[in-house]
Amino acid sequence: MSVLVGYNTRLVVQGMSGAAGAFHAKQMVEYGTNVVAGVTPGKGGAKVAGLEQVPMFDTMEEAVRLRGANASVVYVPPPFAADSILEAAAAGVQLVVAITEGIPVRDMVKVKYVLERDYPHVVLVGPNCPGVITPGQCKIGIMPGYIHKPGNVGVVSRSGTLTYEIVHQLTSIGLGQSTAIGIGGDPVKGTDFIDALTWFNEDPGTSAIFMIGEIGGDSEERAAQFVKDHVKKPVGAFIGGQTAPPGKRMGHAGAIISGGKGAASDKIAALREAGITVAPTPAEMGSTLAKLLA
Amino acid sequence: MKIHEYQGKQMFQKYGVPVPIGIAATSVDDAIAAIPKVQEQAGTDVVVVKAQIHAGGRGKGGGVKVAKTRADAEAAVKKIFGMQLVTHQTGPEGKKVQRLLVEQGLDIAHEYYLGMLLDRATGRVTVMASTEGGMEVEEVAAKTPEKILKEPIDPATGWQDWQSRKLAKALGLSGAAATAFAKFMPPLVRCYDEMDCSLLEINPLVTTKDGKVLALDAKINFDDNAMFRHKELEAWRDPSEEDPRELEAKKYDLSYISLDGNIGCMVNGAGLAMSTMDIIKFYGGKPANFLDVGGGATAEKVTAAFKIITGDPEVKAIFVNIFGGIMKCDTIAAGVIAAVKEVGLKVPLVVRLEGTNVELGKKMLAESKLNIVAAGDMADGAKKVVAAAGGKS
Repeated sequence: MSVLVGYNTRLVVQGMSGAAGAFHAKQMVEYGTNVVAGVTPGKGGAKVAGLEQVPMFDTMEEAVRLRGANASVVYVPPPFAADSILEAAAAGVQLVVAITEGIPVRDMVKVKYVLERDYPHVVLVGPNCPGVITPGQCKIGIMPGYIHKPGNVGVVSRSGTLTYEIVHQLTSIGLGQSTAIGIGGDPVKGTDFIDALTWFNEDPGTSAIFMIGEIGGDSEERAAQFVKDHVKKPVGAFIGGQTAPPGKRMGHAGAIISGGKGAASDKIAALREAGITVAPTPAEMGSTLAKLLA
Repeated sequence: MKIHEYQGKQMFQKYGVPVPIGIAATSVDDAIAAIPKVQEQAGTDVVVVKAQIHAGGRGKGGGVKVAKTRADAEAAVKKIFGMQLVTHQTGPEGKKVQRLLVEQGLDIAHEYYLGMLLDRATGRVTVMASTEGGMEVEEVAAKTPEKILKEPIDPATGWQDWQSRKLAKALGLSGAAATAFAKFMPPLVRCYDEMDCSLLEINPLVTTKDGKVLALDAKINFDDNAMFRHKELEAWRDPSEEDPRELEAKKYDLSYISLDGNIGCMVNGAGLAMSTMDIIKFYGGKPANFLDVGGGATAEKVTAAFKIITGDPEVKAIFVNIFGGIMKCDTIAAGVIAAVKEVGLKVPLVVRLEGTNVELGKKMLAESKLNIVAAGDMADGAKKVVAAAGGKS
């Protein structure tokens, strides 16, 4: 079992004719993901080298109507990405995974608002995220497929590369993953910790959860409260940015300690208070979870 | 991106947000010449001389002086220009004042705080206001959170007039001041929205004894992700406010922040980059920088990143920690090899590669015959680089 994506996922790649879109579309096809269409405005009917078997369309509407797509992944450049997310939602897919890094906050505020108002059943993951993978079934995004292994640990993370790090550590010690979700590091995003924790908590194929947070905002604190109130499965966690200086934005638009809020120490305290085991270093995330399951 | 107070006020003026009469200057002579002009335009002898640096807390540090006569104002200009201004945000070394704002003095009735920023929990831009103007808003939030009023902006309808009336009432404004406040808000909100601001603070917002509402200060940050819509703002960038290495990194779209340690770090992904700093500290070392080369970096960008790190004389060892996703390990390898060929390698280099195209990346590094210490994982790499930099600090 798994959450969000699996054998039934029929994926459209938005921005498939671009360099990143084409490269990762090929990687997804190789992994076994059912990529049913590509969309780039003006490229309908064209062929993308190495992806000749995947039909290209100008619009999402065609991709959904003609290919039965139910999910999309967005590799479109930042100025046009918000438009692409809304186009996907309007076309009727159930899941939109936005990989694009650097979408303006103003655009995402509008996207989030319209999704909540008009498409409440559409799940947005990202933006600025590595994507979602159910190992052995379906990979959507940019994560290296080979580090994953089917299993029972649900992973949710605000950081892309730290998601790879935990998955790699888990796989190395023989712990597979049910689904790994990178929710992204932007301040306005779709799926948040609580959404992912809800799905994993209800998924019979998930027996433990690992969450990776980072400095900035208070979604880890809210997640901790949610775990305390609702989650029955063992939860491990790690918070990145424990040594980050206040007032400096650490790459992710969301990762900044401002106004005395968002510090790693507060988050770690909240997680521990909720009964979550926090890994002391990023190299010990996998072993921390293994101990919980022992 | 941050701008100066006077630039923020110029932007306010463009949008029709009332600000005091003022002239900015970049030399003592220009500032002295500005004094009579401001006095004449404003119809008052009282002027305020304000140091223009990006850090807050300027008043307490002696960077803001009220002068009642032209002679006093000239003395203030001479005193503040060129001074090393130390505030709680500049660090102990302070910041040299190279720009001044000469502004009309106002007959202030009351000071308020007004701020706008994104509320992440709701996903909406929110206006914050408080009667405790002039104070640090963080302090007000911590001690008396009930004194901070919040009004979210609906993304569909935008700011509504009733919200101005509600805030005015809650702030205790009435009569002419309440009317002026209702006129003050819509252009301010439009400015925040159209200019892709990420933070806008007016501290203090003032009412005058004749019922006017003005922005006495302007602190504005812009969303770096939206700079493609505002190319004109590049002209407002003040290079003297930025770390030279951070500036160089920006040219290549690299996310770089100078820190005070001696271990140079090159990492892909913000989370992994932060955690790499964490683990270096955990093993007793001190990172010299945060550097996220990002996902879409080319070999040229990696080369530039590597040169920025090696250009820091404090760096005693370098840790390259890559877990390739969208970033390919061979791209990193090619960039590092090119950089070393160009500028040489005078300090130990520890490399940990994993992820997309890892075998190819490792093969390229091995064939390059560079003197590289290979690391099996993050902890191994962190221990090795801390040892290479001279052990625990």
